[in-house]
Amino acid sequence: MSHPTTWKRPPVLFTHTLWRRTIYVGALIYLVLAMQSIEVDWQRVYLGLDRGWKFVEGFLTPDFTTRWRDISEGLIESLTMTVTSTVAGILVSVPIGIGAARNLAPAPVYLACRGIITLSRSFQEIIIAILLVAMFGFGPFAGFLTLAFASIGFLSKLLAEDIEACDRSQIEAIRATGAGWWQVVNYAVQPQVMPRLVGLSLYRLDINFRESAVIGIVGAGGIGATLNTAIDRYEYDSAGAILIIIIAIVLVVEYSSSYIRRWVQ
Amino acid sequence: MTDRPISPATSPAPPVWHFRSRKQVLLRWLGWFALVALTVFCWQLMTRDTIWAFVSDAPAQAADIGGRMFPPAWGYISELWEPLWDTINIATLGTLIGVAIAIPVAFLAASNTTPSTRFVRPLALLVIVASRSINSLIWALLLVAVIGPGLLAGVIAIGLRSIGFVAKLLYEAIEEIDTSQVEAVRATGASGAQVIDYAIVPQILPAFWGISVFRWDINIRESTILGLVGAGGLGLQLSASLATLAWNQVAMIFVVILATVVISEWVSARVRQAVI
Repeated sequence: MSHPTTWKRPPVLFTHTLWRRTIYVGALIYLVLAMQSIEVDWQRVYLGLDRGWKFVEGFLTPDFTTRWRDISEGLIESLTMTVTSTVAGILVSVPIGIGAARNLAPAPVYLACRGIITLSRSFQEIIIAILLVAMFGFGPFAGFLTLAFASIGFLSKLLAEDIEACDRSQIEAIRATGAGWWQVVNYAVQPQVMPRLVGLSLYRLDINFRESAVIGIVGAGGIGATLNTAIDRYEYDSAGAILIIIIAIVLVVEYSSSYIRRWVQ
Repeated sequence: MTDRPISPATSPAPPVWHFRSRKQVLLRWLGWFALVALTVFCWQLMTRDTIWAFVSDAPAQAADIGGRMFPPAWGYISELWEPLWDTINIATLGTLIGVAIAIPVAFLAASNTTPSTRFVRPLALLVIVASRSINSLIWALLLVAVIGPGLLAGVIAIGLRSIGFVAKLLYEAIEEIDTSQVEAVRATGASGAQVIDYAIVPQILPAFWGISVFRWDINIRESTILGLVGAGGLGLQLSASLATLAWNQVAMIFVVILATVVISEWVSARVRQAVI
């Protein structure tokens, strides 16, 4: 009797040899094809490197003063859009979230609310912004509507999942006292999901600010428009300043929201 | 003053249980008030320059656009196959680049595998934060200015954006591993690389595949719009159709995007179910 002297690690993903080889070969063929679809104009890249370096320089020596009026205007638009759209998003998504929870809502309401959530989640914020700008005209109002609409899908989906995961015994206990539907929602469900709702809202505030920095590119107001103009004008020092401000605000929002979340929970 | 026996009628009301003390109630009201005031203030600042005529006109505009969108230009799909292929390539190659860079960053950022918590870890965390806080559209905007319009700018933009997301989730997974397996492998006299290969990698592999596929799914969505700033794919077609106000072509592009997003979401859900 001979015992094996070497050990070979068993494959993790595809245990069948034939399948594994087919998938590896397929992936390789795909990679080669995909690489070929990229056309690189090396001369253009070479010319661009100079600009790239200027951008790095601009990022290291940001110019806050020359375009400060534009920057501050964009910032105010972005920040006000973020706050109002998050609040509006929460106000709308709480009823929709309750409606989309299977244990609280009747079937037709459940389906309608799930439909709204799917609709809101399937399109990028930018695409919604394009449509809303076409309807409501340029400016932060279209951005506000975009972010509020996108928040609904995010918040109500997670809220509904949270309500469905609620402790059933508390709901039954409140119901056993003869409480009506509203009282069950208010006394049994609300205390269970409230800390999480606060956490999700803060997280959404964070996301809405990040998104508000982009939707300006398609005309929906905010710092994105200023950034777009700065890059179009090759003013990389102003663009660097804007990016530094965005990163700083994102950091502040992220740290303060994680602090508040810990305080609430 | 006469001493009177305390009768039930005159005794003070029995204490009522309150969920919160008076001070807490007051503080909460103050907090709510501050929130409402802030919102109203922001609302007024934001709508200062809003032209309300456009807003009241919006339902008519929506009906008009809806009318122009329907029916979608079904024949236009023959021109969409190539941009769709480009979009999928941007997302996939971008995810590959992002993951390839994210793996070392994640190992440097995880507090149990980083070579130095004082210098290397903050640096890796900085990379993660910088990548996460800048949207892929902004990355694309910069890269189009630097290396010119085309797929390459899109691929790199998606890659740079993915680093932060993948590395953040991956380093959290690394920090949560079972340390007894690491100790067991180390006790056999394994080197640092061997410990990573045999004790850490098998533990984080399911999370790794889950995260990568999840990011790929997100990247498919993001790469559909990168063309708006010139980085190739469906967005290029979208901006061309928008510029000529060909709303039925726009509707067709939306149909294609929706179908792609739904399929990619299904694929990613299946893969995640298989590995986790």
